Amino acid sequence: MTDLEKAQQSADRVATVLDPAYLFPDYTSTVLRSPSKALVMPPAGLSELTGPTFGSGDVRDTDADLTVHGSGEAIGERIIVHGTVRDSYGKPVRNTLVEVWQANAAGRYIHKVDQHPAPLDPNFVGAGRCLTDEQGHYTFTTIKPGPYPWRNHTNAWRPAHIHFSLFGRAFTQRLVTQMYFPGDPLFFQDPIFNGVRDEAARKRLISSYDHSATRPEWALGYRFDIVLGGAARTPMEES
Amino acid sequence: MTEPIPPTFVYEVTDVPASEGVTPWQTVGPYFHYALPYDSGPQVAGSSRPGAFTLHGCVYDAEGRPIPDSLVEIWQADESGRFVDEPGIFEAPAPDGFRGFGRCDTDADGHYAFTTVKPAGVPTENGAEQAPHIAMSVFARGMLRRVVTRVYFDDEASANASDPLLSSVEASRSATLVAASEDGGYRFDVRLQGADETVFLDVAAH
Repeated sequence: MTDLEKAQQSADRVATVLDPAYLFPDYTSTVLRSPSKALVMPPAGLSELTGPTFGSGDVRDTDADLTVHGSGEAIGERIIVHGTVRDSYGKPVRNTLVEVWQANAAGRYIHKVDQHPAPLDPNFVGAGRCLTDEQGHYTFTTIKPGPYPWRNHTNAWRPAHIHFSLFGRAFTQRLVTQMYFPGDPLFFQDPIFNGVRDEAARKRLISSYDHSATRPEWALGYRFDIVLGGAARTPMEES
Repeated sequence: MTEPIPPTFVYEVTDVPASEGVTPWQTVGPYFHYALPYDSGPQVAGSSRPGAFTLHGCVYDAEGRPIPDSLVEIWQADESGRFVDEPGIFEAPAPDGFRGFGRCDTDADGHYAFTTVKPAGVPTENGAEQAPHIAMSVFARGMLRRVVTRVYFDDEASANASDPLLSSVEASRSATLVAASEDGGYRFDVRLQGADETVFLDVAAH
């Protein structure tokens, strides 16, 4: 088999597991922004099997509490979002960067493009970062985001969600995703959430209410565990 | 109050529980700008580092229109083939320093630009030589997951000729992986779809 045939064979295999696929016409912006040709699997090279590393200097303690980034209290339902980041072998991913961003309690982003006529909260920016700890665990304190309208289809509303960006240990493990809340009534009409066609896989995007993380007299807890795909070069100390 | 207009499609929602497995991708969306880009993001290398150049280009959609709301990230070895393993991506590199990672959002013209250096060729996991290249990700609204590609260099003809990836792609398409040298650096455009679509890679399945 030639390398080209091998590449095409791997592309066929990949085509069956890429979920979400690039093209999902219900999400209209995918139509002109989705690759149409099969992906090529490169030889596993060190550029992809390595990635940036992170240390305590990359984040401040307050970066993980989105409710304290203004001069006063952010408005809305205070929540704690936490979970563990693992690789596909189940190993915790330590000291990796987790970035989050979200709308405020009224469903408005502090972004010039967002023209939804809902109030901005001067005390809520909606962006945070943290590193996972030695057990791969992360915790954010934030405000429960509101749903908001968009123009993908008639009467389109995004379910409440928090955007997540993760690096893992390697370029291969990079992940950008969205965390949803249990029981959201808007799932039935959201083509971004439903862009993941395998329903059982899609459900991984929904956090669970976690009473053990709920802090008395303070905030409700939600758990969102994350599993990163892709391989990483095994660090020397772990081999 | 008028009756709400139903959506044009309806997805079934059942009580199927989540299965075990990798967390699926979702789009970066249109509102990442206040969270992800940072001032020194485009500085992969300090601008007075010997050999530093500008790697820049535009991201285009299927109709050749520039995409003004995408995010480009790159990761690469240095001139000796070493990958940075110290933290500090959010700090600007020293004037002659090197950080290895870059992040740049595209402007109204779909344009991104990094300051970096040409990496040494790094081998595959199995020790096969590869031509110098930079790993690149592009994220955008309308993309349910990132695309991944590699940036090779047009002034590395002999190394490119024996590169395992470049030689595994049809000749008509491999040119989309090669940046064009110009005054001050290299240009590398990303075309998400169409006749001259960039070759995109699957790196999740390694």
